[in-house]
Formats: sequence, C-alpha cells, structure tokens
Amino acid sequence: MSSDDRWLLPEGINESLPEQAEALEILRRRMLDLYHSWGYELVILPFIEYLESLLTGTGHDLDLQTFKLTDQLSGRMMGVRADMTPQVARIDAHRLKREVPTRLCYLGTVLNTRPDGFAGSRSPMQVGAELYGHAGIDSDLEVLSLMLETLNIAGIETLYIDLGHVGVFRHLAAEAGLSAEQEASFFDMLQRKARPEIEEFLSCLDLSETQRCCLSELAVMNGGVEILEKARKMLSSFEGLSSILDDLESVARQITEHYPQVELNIDLAELRGYHYHTGIIFTAYVPGQGKEIARGGRYDDIGKVFGRARPATGFSTDLKTLLSLTLKPVDTKRGAVFAPADTDPSLRAVVSSLRQESQRVIMALEGQEADAKAMGCHQQLVKRNGEWVLESV
Amino acid sequence: MMADTLTIALSKGRIYKETLPFLAEVGIVPVDDPETSRKLILDTNRDDVKLVVIRAADVPTYVQYGAADLGVAGKDVLMEHGGEGVYEPLDLRIARCKLMVAGFEDHVVPQGRLRVATKFVNLTRGFYAKKGEQVEIIKLYGSMELAPIVGLADVIVDLVDTGNTLKANGLKPLEHIADISSRMIVNKASMKMKHGAVNQLIEELRGAVERLS
Repeated sequence: MSSDDRWLLPEGINESLPEQAEALEILRRRMLDLYHSWGYELVILPFIEYLESLLTGTGHDLDLQTFKLTDQLSGRMMGVRADMTPQVARIDAHRLKREVPTRLCYLGTVLNTRPDGFAGSRSPMQVGAELYGHAGIDSDLEVLSLMLETLNIAGIETLYIDLGHVGVFRHLAAEAGLSAEQEASFFDMLQRKARPEIEEFLSCLDLSETQRCCLSELAVMNGGVEILEKARKMLSSFEGLSSILDDLESVARQITEHYPQVELNIDLAELRGYHYHTGIIFTAYVPGQGKEIARGGRYDDIGKVFGRARPATGFSTDLKTLLSLTLKPVDTKRGAVFAPADTDPSLRAVVSSLRQESQRVIMALEGQEADAKAMGCHQQLVKRNGEWVLESV
Repeated sequence: MMADTLTIALSKGRIYKETLPFLAEVGIVPVDDPETSRKLILDTNRDDVKLVVIRAADVPTYVQYGAADLGVAGKDVLMEHGGEGVYEPLDLRIARCKLMVAGFEDHVVPQGRLRVATKFVNLTRGFYAKKGEQVEIIKLYGSMELAPIVGLADVIVDLVDTGNTLKANGLKPLEHIADISSRMIVNKASMKMKHGAVNQLIEELRGAVERLS
C-alpha cells in the first residue's frame, strides 16, 4: 500500500461524517421510540458469534454473505453477523422462552462479504422488528404496519408495497410432484419471470393441463389487488390455496384502509427468501430506487434448531438507505454557544447550566485564534457589567 | 426515472435495428437516429417513452439498478451477467445465434487443464463446471478466433452466427452451449411501481413478436 491510498476504505465500507452521523442518530432514536411505543423490546445482539447459530435455517445466500474467522480459544468457526434476524430468533427461542407473544426490535451494523443494493454498501445499519408466538394474519398485519410507520418516520412518502405468499408456489410445486432439482430450476425461472423458458420447461414435464396452466400463469399473477380474483378462479381446483388467497386479500384490504397513500401490489411469484419464509412476504419500493428498500415476512419455526419452534414474522431495513431517501432532511440542530477561554468561576456555572438545558456549548481553548463564527457557533457568551450574557454572533 | 415515463435500454447495432420494427408495431418510433445523433438519450414520438443506447454488456446493469425500466439484451449477455435483479418476460426472437465451443477439428485435448479463450467468463466457467471439468479461462475482448491459431488457447467459447469467421480461420464448432436470442428485460422495481405501463408494453410487444416473426 502506497501512501497515496493509505486512507482508502475497503470497498463498500463507509463511515459517517458529523452531519450525517447526527442525522443517523436522530433517526435511530426516533425509530427506537416508535418501536417502544408499539411494545417492541430492544435487544442488543453480539457482533460476532459461532457460525452454526448465525447461519441457522437461512439458506446458502447468507452463508456466502458472512465474514468468517476461526476462534483462537475454541477452534470453532465464528461469523460476523450479516443479518440479525437469526440472532433475534435465538433469543426468543433459547433465552426468553416466553409463552406469550414476544415483540423484539434490534438495530446495529451488519457486515456483508458482497455489496448489496444500490449504494453498494457492505456495512448497512440493519434495523428491524420481530413478532413471535402468533400464527394468524394479525401479526402479519402488525409487522407490515410497523414497517410502514418506520418508513414514514424516515420521511419516505411515496411508497409501493409488494405483497406475496410463498405458500402458493410451494403448494403448486408439491402438487405437480416436482423433484427438488426441477423445483429449483422452476424457481429460478420464476424469479426472472422468464416466460419463454418456463413454458419450454413445463412442456417437458408430465403434468395435467390444469397444473401446467397454473404453474405457467404464476409468472404473470402480479398486479393490483384485483389479481387475487383472477388467481382465485385459476387456482380454484387447489383446495389448500383458497385460505392463502383469503389471507392475502384481508391483509391487502386492511393495509389499503389504514394507509391509503400506499400503493399496494400483489405478486404470487415473488419468492424472495423462499427457503426460510413460510407465509406472507412483503417488500417496499420507492420511485427512483431500482431496488427494494425494506422487506419482511413470516418465517415460522425459525427457532426450531434452538429448541423451540414458534410462529414468527418480522421486517428489516437499512437505516443508511432510509436516510439517503428521506424527503424531510433531519434537523441536526447545528447551532452552538461559544464560550471564551476565561477562568472566571461564574463562567463555569453559566456554561454548566446551559449544558443542562441541552444547549451545546463549545469552550475556547487558551491561545485559540478561531472565533465564534469560525467554530460554527450562532451565539457567544460575553461579560457585560460583570454578568455573562448570550449574544448572537 | 420519472414515475410515468418508461426508459428502454438498447444496444447499438443489430439489436437496435431488429428491435425497431417491434417498437414501431406498438407505436413507438425514435425521433433521433443513434447512428448520426450524439445524444445518448433518444426521444421517441411518445413523450412517455425514452430510449437509451448503450453497450450490449451494460444493458442488464442499467436495468438491474433501475437506470432504465426495460431493456433488450441477448441471452448470452444475460447468462454472463447472471440475470440478477431483472425479469425476462419476453423472447423477442431476434439477433439469433448459437453460443458454441469452437476450435481446430483435430485439436489435441491437453494433459492438464483446457485453456479456453472467451469474453463470457462466468458462463464458460459454469458450462465446464457442469460437465465436471476445470478449465483455464482467458478473458479476451474480441477476435477470439485468433487465440487457438496463435496458441493462446486450446478452444474458444463464442457466439456463432453463420460460422463463416470460424471457417475462414480454419476453426470448427465443436460443442453447442445454448441457443441465443434477445430478451426483453424489466427492472424488478419498475415492474412493481409502473405495473400498468410496463405490462401493457410487454403484452403489446408479445403481440408484435407473434405478428412479425
């Protein structure tokens, strides 16, 4: 490394300078206050832990996303968290072991081996909330609503929500008797909505006309809530699916009712996180951003490997992405009071009391030439008639 | 990316020329000609449709990140890119060719690793990995046919149209990897947020492809 590039940070690793850091911190506090008011308890999770517990039930993608190292004490593999969801699940299943519905929230930096998303960041500030112990759509609705509130607090106004349910694909694939390999190829084509490939693939399989038709139509079953009506007709011969469509419709209706400003779409072929999701899934998009900005869904039984299977649903997003999208710039209160370098004990008292009133006071240092203005202060303490008074700069 | 306009990414040359009739069929005609104009964003007769003309290999990237809502990209480029973050709902059946392994007919398979020259590094690695073979890949940007002749590689992986360039250099197609044609690709977020406009365009184009090809 030459001295020219010594200051370079690794790709996708970023830092926040004062103004941005303060905005982030204000946003962070607002969010935690929001979760607190909804009854979500904050948990603070370890930055690093054994790989086995970190990669539980999450699939191959997270494994590749995780930085790994060997623990010199135990010889076991450790991972730096790339996603905090499995950690929260461990806490619910193994540490808390409550019988009642449990609401937890978390916030912290995670580390990814590969840059993800628009900004290409490898160190997002993940924030999210999870609700354990309830299997009905009430909890899906609550978590989705809380995600919308989160985005609202971040000042994001125009919002598109994509709603799906992994059960439709799972049911149709099982019904059609696809082998694991066939299911994987079909899944891949469906994620790309590659209709030409899907049709060619399905024509080579031994399927009934209805099965072929439904599987092929999955790729185009997306649109407004009215698409559910079409899906209902199309999938009427599959008994298990009507309750899934009912659930989707009910969630969609209630979200539209409570958040009329949100544009809601249904996509039955959207299967992000298919390997661990078990029910309703949702994704948030904003105009101008080609990628999703927040996501969530149901992943029942994630706690199974920690000894306790419970229904679970949750969402997560990245605080830094949200801050970059906010329309209302966070007011970072940059004003401050400048105090001269003076040993007068009464000055100390004035400074103390100002600080207690949450005023920001910057003390001049002996011999300092920079004045109040240069230090970015909007007021300064001046001695008039033996009294320290505030004057504007 | 305005909420109500659609940006379509196209690559100069064959794909651009062969896509135009379909666009014309659905009532989209560019106002500027990319061959003569220096503009990178081309206006069309429709205020809500713009074209961007870029390098073929960049089309999936533009669409993946939402810099363009839609794009036309060869299956070869998509396979190399990985297709992550884009939908491929429509085969335009244009710019058709084959992706092949080519080399001297009597080329001797080396003792160690086969050296393959190509510009499709990822898909070549994937193709040989599926066959259980580890190969040495040499990334080149053009004139692949030269590589076996000068001994830089044993075989090449490249697009073959008529096969004339291969023949002129004494090479033969050896293995078929995939049939290639151009696909309409769509940014995932655009599909959600401009659902009506995007789906309508795709369905119209689907009809145009049926009628014209």
